[in-house]
Amino acid sequence: MRKLTAAPYLVWMAVFIVVPLIVVAYFAFFDGGHFTLDYVASVSQYSNIFIRSIWLAAIATVICLIIAYPIAMILSDMDTSFQGTMLMIVMLPMWMNFLLRTYAWMTILGNNGILNQIFGFFGLGPFKLLNTQGAVVLGMVYNYLPYMILPIYSVMMKIDKSVLEAAQDLGCSRIHVIFRVVLPLSLPGVMSGITMVFVPAISTFIISRMLGGGGNLLIGDLIEMQFLGNSYNPNLGAAISLVLMVIILLIMTIMNQFDTDDDKVLM
Amino acid sequence: MKKSPILSKIYLLLVMLFLYVPIFVLIVFSFNTTKSHSTMSGFTLDWYVKLFQNELILTSLLNTIIIAVASSIAATILGTAAAVGIHAMKKVPKSIVMNITNIPIINPEIVTGVSLMLLFVFFAARMNFEFGFGTLIIAHITFNVPYVILNIMPKFRQMNPHLYEAALDLGCSPARAFFRVVLPEIMPGVISGLMMSFTFSLDDFIISYFTNGSNAQTLPITIYSMTRRKVSPEINALSTIIFIIVVIVLVSKNIAERKSALKKEVKL
Repeated sequence: MRKLTAAPYLVWMAVFIVVPLIVVAYFAFFDGGHFTLDYVASVSQYSNIFIRSIWLAAIATVICLIIAYPIAMILSDMDTSFQGTMLMIVMLPMWMNFLLRTYAWMTILGNNGILNQIFGFFGLGPFKLLNTQGAVVLGMVYNYLPYMILPIYSVMMKIDKSVLEAAQDLGCSRIHVIFRVVLPLSLPGVMSGITMVFVPAISTFIISRMLGGGGNLLIGDLIEMQFLGNSYNPNLGAAISLVLMVIILLIMTIMNQFDTDDDKVLM
Repeated sequence: MKKSPILSKIYLLLVMLFLYVPIFVLIVFSFNTTKSHSTMSGFTLDWYVKLFQNELILTSLLNTIIIAVASSIAATILGTAAAVGIHAMKKVPKSIVMNITNIPIINPEIVTGVSLMLLFVFFAARMNFEFGFGTLIIAHITFNVPYVILNIMPKFRQMNPHLYEAALDLGCSPARAFFRVVLPEIMPGVISGLMMSFTFSLDDFIISYFTNGSNAQTLPITIYSMTRRKVSPEINALSTIIFIIVVIVLVSKNIAERKSALKKEVKL
């Protein structure tokens, strides 16, 4: 009987989650009722944009990981009474609308922006900071860093501190403890952090548009252009979306593979 | 395992600077007399006055709140009912439903937005409706329900399954047993699902961007079109106000949590 209460949601799920994905696949493979592979095949024309998106998102993810891992460690080492407040301070910028956060960097990096003013004070520049790939990566790191910190922190909180003490008692140096004990145990958090940063980074169109100018198109820009931009072509847009989903699915499967392999090693 | 405390403090400080300096730059230049974002030429509150005279911003703020309230309440009711039913399901259908529920969370937002847009385009032509409040609320409910369900499911696992049966044995009707016994147990999950939905809905840009109509712009969409046109300190003024609200909400939430934690300790 209680199963029936799920019925409205099941209908909702079918109509607004499953059917839209089928519609995307339909638009990608059918044009005017005829099956065609043209749109999916023509996605390969944009392989440079795909490679650029994967590359920039990967760099941003790695930088996030490098910055976030020590932060998560420092946070989880703090006094518990202080930890909640510290975590809130780290997470607070995430609550600002991400358009405003990206806009902030737009004004900082601009030719007349504050950074170039500082450089100018020392007789340097002005440098072209805005509308570069570096600015896009910076925007990704800035916006998605909390998504890396939070999962790693929450896994580290669960690590039994006595395990670390045991390792030290058994003669591990501090560096050794970090690489041989903390790192393997925190791997699930790292994995979910990587997907939480990589997926929005690879599919963004705001960051690339606001910080990358017109020259650094990403997959997200390409999709957006097919639906709301100048080159209206929902079939092509659907095909690109489909390819993007497949790429993300592949990467996540590979990541999960690493994850379970390491679990086995640990056991 | 103690790390060198000074080094870690410096590192924490540097990351904090990285996170907060851009926001403070935004805030400082909201008081600038000129439109420059590099040199302060004087103090003014003009941009705040202009902001509150900007009809577009005020309407879109109202739209955002209406959509956030409506969609988060609807998502919470739909999601709570769904969680009750999913919990009672057998293993295989349960895992199928949960896997589909995860799709909007895993999928890039742009794909969710595009897929809903295509669906609405498909039906709009046949059923004669327009993009607007309706499509936005449907889209927001769709991306919010999974979070409600994921917040509630763990509460069921923690709950004693015999409580519900005991209530039935003691003469409760199933509905009464649900509202008097089950619901209080899962309430923390329901509340956090509601709060999460509400904030996600307030903040959403990408999915709204693909599903909105000209008569129902939300605040993030208006902010986006403002950043597209030209640098305007009105955005800075808006950022400052949003930042202050966020700080007030988070700090009071933090204080409330500490108080309740203290109370629990006292009781123990």
